[in-house]
Amino acid sequence: MTIVQSPRAMSQLEADAPHSLVVRFGADQPLKMDAGVNLSPLSIAYQTYGELNAAKSNAVLICHALTGDQHVANIHPITGKPGWWQTMVGPGRPIDTNRFFVIASNVVGGCMGTTGPASTDPATGRAYGLDLPLVTIRDMVRAQAMLIDHLGIESLFCVVGGSMGGMQVLQWAASYPQRVFAAMPIASAAKHSSQNIAFHEVGRQAVMADPEWRNGRYLDEGTSPTKGLAVARMAAHITYLSDEALQRKFGRNFQDREAPTFSFDADFQIENYLRHQGTTFVDRFDANSYLYVTRACDYFDLASDYGGSLAAAFKGTKTRFCVVSFTSDWLYPTSDSRAIVHALNAAAASVSFVEIDTDRGHDAFLLDVPEFITTTRGFLDAAARARGLAGS
Amino acid sequence: MAEGGTRRDALSRTARIDLLIVADMVEQRSRVLDVGCGDGTLLRLLAEERGVDGRGIELSQYGVNHCVAKGLSVVQGDADTDLADYPDDAFDYVILSQTLQATRQPRTVLEHMLRIGRRAIVSFPNFGHWRVRGQVAFKGRMPVTDCLNVPWYETPNIHLCTVRDFLALVREIGARTERGIALDRFGRPMLDGAPWWVLNLLGDQAVFRLSRKG
Repeated sequence: MTIVQSPRAMSQLEADAPHSLVVRFGADQPLKMDAGVNLSPLSIAYQTYGELNAAKSNAVLICHALTGDQHVANIHPITGKPGWWQTMVGPGRPIDTNRFFVIASNVVGGCMGTTGPASTDPATGRAYGLDLPLVTIRDMVRAQAMLIDHLGIESLFCVVGGSMGGMQVLQWAASYPQRVFAAMPIASAAKHSSQNIAFHEVGRQAVMADPEWRNGRYLDEGTSPTKGLAVARMAAHITYLSDEALQRKFGRNFQDREAPTFSFDADFQIENYLRHQGTTFVDRFDANSYLYVTRACDYFDLASDYGGSLAAAFKGTKTRFCVVSFTSDWLYPTSDSRAIVHALNAAAASVSFVEIDTDRGHDAFLLDVPEFITTTRGFLDAAARARGLAGS
Repeated sequence: MAEGGTRRDALSRTARIDLLIVADMVEQRSRVLDVGCGDGTLLRLLAEERGVDGRGIELSQYGVNHCVAKGLSVVQGDADTDLADYPDDAFDYVILSQTLQATRQPRTVLEHMLRIGRRAIVSFPNFGHWRVRGQVAFKGRMPVTDCLNVPWYETPNIHLCTVRDFLALVREIGARTERGIALDRFGRPMLDGAPWWVLNLLGDQAVFRLSRKG
């Protein structure tokens, strides 16, 4: 007999018993968090693709964005959809799994099996909720470094990620320069802008305004702040697109009707689309987790750890960087990427920078944008040659 | 020019001759910024032949992609706006090949080059060449030559100058001319070390290596 579970119930199970590899660190290996707390035990859920070579020199770490996860190139266990970066990762793809050993882990504070607010706190037997210390990008990266140690890998061939993933890439390059041969921060920033913090705050307030949120203890009380979380996702989703792309895709088209209904139904296609984005998101994502990961981004300001100088964060680096931005990305605009490039130049780092011309907004890094694919392939191929990795 | 041997000969057949002349002005194992590096031909030549640690700036996405695919470190950017971001003394040489005349502020660009690098190498089409002068003087038309092969209404060259103009600017910004070579219309060197007025009359293009004074 099979019990068919709702996606939301599956999502809650996923936090403690994920459909992926998991490493559990005990009391002897706590995560030293920026909040001043040692988190223990710590679970890290991850996926790997391809084979680690004998020299352990072909490992690529993929850092996921805000609501991404470790399921980069396999069917997602909750949604049943393809992995979120299958355009980029797989056999013969730029991040070629025939050639590279690809690792992707869920971030600390996430909800897909790495310790986060939806995980069970062994001290209480119930979900951490807001008892989990606030997580930073640096905490996420420290946890990833623990995973990489666990896998016996000294130096990563490449660390790559978009958006919040790009912040982790930058943090990796700054915290562990010897362990990063090549780094690719995509559509990202070295600090979160005021506008980005503002959008995140709107999202958090939407979650917290939902009466079902119950001060973060909704899992104990059997409620779920789906309405608030859906609104947060809808607002955020707009920021991932561009005015031009919205016009092209939806314009002012009506949804299955000829004229306005003089009601607050989803008359327009764009409304219907956003509502769909909101409702499908709540099935796979934990509301508290959303608070934690957005906060982590807000707190990110890499230069502040280095006396206010971003260049100082990369001083003496031997890492090869490839920074990528997209013309229509107004959430992490090209100026943010240029600031990274500027700092890397000032640090005399090896840096390439490409601004990809596309109207697809911030989400372009997840999509099949040919110039972006070509750039990534070219950069990784050249870096692999420099690393002495065999050709594909 | 002796070192390099057979590989150099092989490259010579494919690389533009004026790039080889620029490359010859660069010391072994130095740090070089190539402004307007195109598809990275010069940067690659410098890396392979002179062991140079090179970086590039290129405006076109197409060019940058080519460079990145070759493993070169190239940043998409604009000489007019982005040189200001580079710190002082970051490079031994800053190269501007056939680009000065297309910049909005040639003087500022040149000043930045000599701030960022100890030396600057600049090549440009010479508007003082006798053929150019002849076309303006006798035909009364804007010149169209091998180096300036686009009509006035389509040319990206908004700040053309003669060798004499260039040298006046070099003096004005307080820089020193270390070497000057005139090239014929095939990019072959001619009249190395000839007086400037000869270069100005006979050179289709010119390459100068500059340094800061003092």
